[in-house]
Amino acid sequence: MARIISMKLAINEAIDQEMTRDPDVIMMGEDIVGGSGGDGEMDAWGGVLGLTKGLYAKHGDRLLDTPLSESAYVGAAIGAATCGLRPIAELMFIDFMGVCFDQIFNQAAKFRYMFGGRAETPLVIRAMVGAGFRAAAQHSQMLTPIFTHIPGLKVICPSNAYDAKGLLIQAIRDNDPVIFCEHKNLYAHECDVPVESYAIPFGEANVVREGKDVTIVAYGLMVHRALEAAKKLEAKRIDCEVIDLRTLSPIDLDTVLESVRSTGRLVCVDEAHPRCSIASDISASVAQQAFGSLKAAIQMVTGPHCPVPFSPSLEDFYIPSADAICAAVERTLVLEVAE
Amino acid sequence: MTNNPFPLDHDQLVASYRTMKTIREFEERLHVDFARGDIPGFVHLYAGEEAIATGIIAHLNDRDRFASTHRGHGHCIAKGVDVHEMMAEIHGKATGSCRGKGGSMHIADLSKGMMGANGILGAGAPLVCGAALASKRRGDGGVGITVFGDGAANQGTILESMNLAAAWKLPVIFVCENNGYAEATSVKHVTGSATYLERFNGFGISGALVDGSDFFAVYETAGELIRRAREGEGPFFLECKVNRFFGHFEGDAQTYRTKAELEDVRANHDCLKIFKSRVTEVGVVRDDEFIAVDKEVMDLIESSVQAAMAAPLPSPDDLLKDVYVSY
Amino acid sequence: MSFEQITPIVMPKWGLSMREGRITKWHVEPGATITVGAEILDVETEKLAGAVEATDPGVFRRKVGECERVYPVKALIGIMAPIDVPDSVIDDYVAAYANPDEGSDDEAVESKYKVANLELGPIRYSVSGAGSQDVLLIHGFGGDVENWMFNIDALSEKYRVFTFDLPGHGESYKGIDDASVPGYAKAVLAFMTAVGIQSANLVGHSMGGAIALQMLASAPERVLSLTLIASAAIGTQINQSYLEGFARANSRKELKPCVEMLFADPALASRKLLDDLLKAKRMDGAQLALEKTIASFATDGAQQLILIHLIEGAARPVLAIHGRRDQIIPVEQSESLRHAKVAILEAPGHMPHVEAAREVNALILEHLSKVN
Repeated sequence: MARIISMKLAINEAIDQEMTRDPDVIMMGEDIVGGSGGDGEMDAWGGVLGLTKGLYAKHGDRLLDTPLSESAYVGAAIGAATCGLRPIAELMFIDFMGVCFDQIFNQAAKFRYMFGGRAETPLVIRAMVGAGFRAAAQHSQMLTPIFTHIPGLKVICPSNAYDAKGLLIQAIRDNDPVIFCEHKNLYAHECDVPVESYAIPFGEANVVREGKDVTIVAYGLMVHRALEAAKKLEAKRIDCEVIDLRTLSPIDLDTVLESVRSTGRLVCVDEAHPRCSIASDISASVAQQAFGSLKAAIQMVTGPHCPVPFSPSLEDFYIPSADAICAAVERTLVLEVAE
Repeated sequence: MTNNPFPLDHDQLVASYRTMKTIREFEERLHVDFARGDIPGFVHLYAGEEAIATGIIAHLNDRDRFASTHRGHGHCIAKGVDVHEMMAEIHGKATGSCRGKGGSMHIADLSKGMMGANGILGAGAPLVCGAALASKRRGDGGVGITVFGDGAANQGTILESMNLAAAWKLPVIFVCENNGYAEATSVKHVTGSATYLERFNGFGISGALVDGSDFFAVYETAGELIRRAREGEGPFFLECKVNRFFGHFEGDAQTYRTKAELEDVRANHDCLKIFKSRVTEVGVVRDDEFIAVDKEVMDLIESSVQAAMAAPLPSPDDLLKDVYVSY
Repeated sequence: MSFEQITPIVMPKWGLSMREGRITKWHVEPGATITVGAEILDVETEKLAGAVEATDPGVFRRKVGECERVYPVKALIGIMAPIDVPDSVIDDYVAAYANPDEGSDDEAVESKYKVANLELGPIRYSVSGAGSQDVLLIHGFGGDVENWMFNIDALSEKYRVFTFDLPGHGESYKGIDDASVPGYAKAVLAFMTAVGIQSANLVGHSMGGAIALQMLASAPERVLSLTLIASAAIGTQINQSYLEGFARANSRKELKPCVEMLFADPALASRKLLDDLLKAKRMDGAQLALEKTIASFATDGAQQLILIHLIEGAARPVLAIHGRRDQIIPVEQSESLRHAKVAILEAPGHMPHVEAAREVNALILEHLSKVN
């Protein structure tokens, strides 16, 4: 049965159902329970934003509150994964990756390859990404491109509650290290989510809106901005196709190419900074593989090349807007008008 | 019947010697072959430190987990990784333990609990905490050993892992192979506390300090700590003071050490010589038995080199294999 | 002058989850005379495309909706009125018409489905309409309640109409012990009891037809009549590669060629239809349920259960409908049926209740009107 729940609850449910199904699934992170070792209540927080609330009551000490030692506990999760457990490590904010990045990109990502195929690291690292929370520069980044760059890692970024549950279940069942990025501004987003468990395969983009005139590719929060832009452009009789990438590594370039071969126009939207972003990655690939289909230059709409500012007015200016996407779409149509 | 004052029987003594000798000859051979240009990349040789690997790993089984350092050949051999496969791996051949994909610094065999040599100093400590956590949850009595040098002891990962292991009471043994040099820099220059033991004590971890060239000291102390860790009393710390014979890496001229020191080390701190003399003195193992083992070991090393030289390189098709389980 | 003489044409609601539709083509111009059943315009929803047909006769006066634009269900899209109603009155009517709020893309679908809790698990279903008799619509292999979206409204004008997801399908329970046709029939009978259907006119499509026949065999007192649409169990041959391809497919690319086989016009295998099918297949247990079903249903292109004799001996009115261009179950199987009213439709493929809904609805209503 489907019912309407938020992405936050969908994520909680995914973890709960997988922990129930598979006794090897454990979770560790800072304050994922909250209250450990103290005299007050257990499950005092259930995660800094309450994502894991209620899980302790059902699964007890399979959830571990860790010291503030990302290197140690993310590394421990990795080590445990090579020993047959299926850990979920929570990196509270992806911005904290700096203090444990070696464990992620030099250890977990490379074991299988360096050890000649004789290792498996079935690990999930969940981390919050994205701006809009007024959390300022060190708590608001979209660092997905840094992870997609690393062979051996898989990188996921859902845009809605239905995808979040299915992709997280897939991530927990997957035998490779997965970085599961949760946009903090989408936790409240609601949609129909089945009560039962289901798994969405990686490497499959979702065409969330069909259209004939231009292809807009986005992920995470930007999918919603793109849909807003598409609605505005409807009034101008511009018909946009919006593709939600869902998984950034592996990435479903085929769906993007198929769409561009039909529309001839591409706008890549990405909350990350412009240099070496997911947007620039897709743009280059499409230019290489579908050049003949392009009727106009590819447009990119990304966050700017600066840290995320604190002041709300500046932060709102920082995040790519629906209007900016509309403008980019219209730039791809200028050639036609000029004719 | 000769009186055996040692905590190992005759066969165990011979086996321990065989392990140490295999490590020694493996490393000595690499030293020669590297200088000749036969070995690609970096190698970091363990010669001089054999007693540590052997003395500790004698107490472990395949269920226990061991994370090594960049100077990992000794640990791998002691843990039972196949010598032929190791040599082939160091030569970058397809028959290597990692199919030529890892090299000297990444030799691993998870089926034997060997979590790998590691090119990143201190990276093994968190991993071993995880392995120990898995053992503790399963209640299988397994322990995790993380080995690091006097230099890596100052890495943040080690310090965080010390705290994590202590806070969660994990069955981990932190082993510091203190050979006095963090690469080319003396430990005196880069370590704030006078001893590592006091640092570990400060983190709530008790331990011991032994002479790393004394096999029996290592064996007995490590055995006690491992036994206690299996019973849930961990974590523990073991510092082994030792000397490395060769440079930090092959090609290192070691000008940061005096010639006198290098000569003294070979003459007076050779764990194999010390072991042999102690054992033959009591008469538990005879000289000719040791000589027989020596010959077998030399044959093994020679055959592993021949096999490695003759083995095929990985094919270009292997380049993209095993990046993921599935993609 | 009042608005009494004005007949609005509104965006129809096909199926329970349709929220909006896109006008793709007008078939009439202002001034045209329209008879009942005439096609006025074509509408495309996310899932399927269809024609809006006139339910009243009259003169078409105004196109309110534009081609290629999307309108919510019940929005005003056209006007019919006698020729003597002035344009200015029509202008006033259009201006005054209260269109329903347009839903945003983020708005969730309000569920109009219910749940029946059988011993084995929940069954998703819907019930609409009222009448002296019940009609039970049974979908086929790989289908779900939405298969009947073009039929529910027409039938519920005269009957109480139930549709549901079979076990293993849609949002009903997935853990099936007995995935054979008799196993399914048992579950459907249990469902009928659970929702208070004493007896019903069964309308079964494909494997749903086989289930309906089996229900007649095991519980004849619960069956008033049978309508068999492209039914299984009346002949041997079946397109095995469709069944297996459907079960195996785990991506849109893999699923598309299978689903296209269902329709005479492959364009009806829309992206939304494929996405919904994938969502259902990805639920834990769904894959296994489909595989178990195939295993008992057909082997090497031959159906394992033939119930044609039940039609011949039945003493129940039987209507068999089949599309000439059916690529899954050959039309000949229905064509040669005796002791049944047989209607072969030339245009459709395996889904005549979708591809030729109006004709099928009319045939069913006529058939049911004779059942007492």
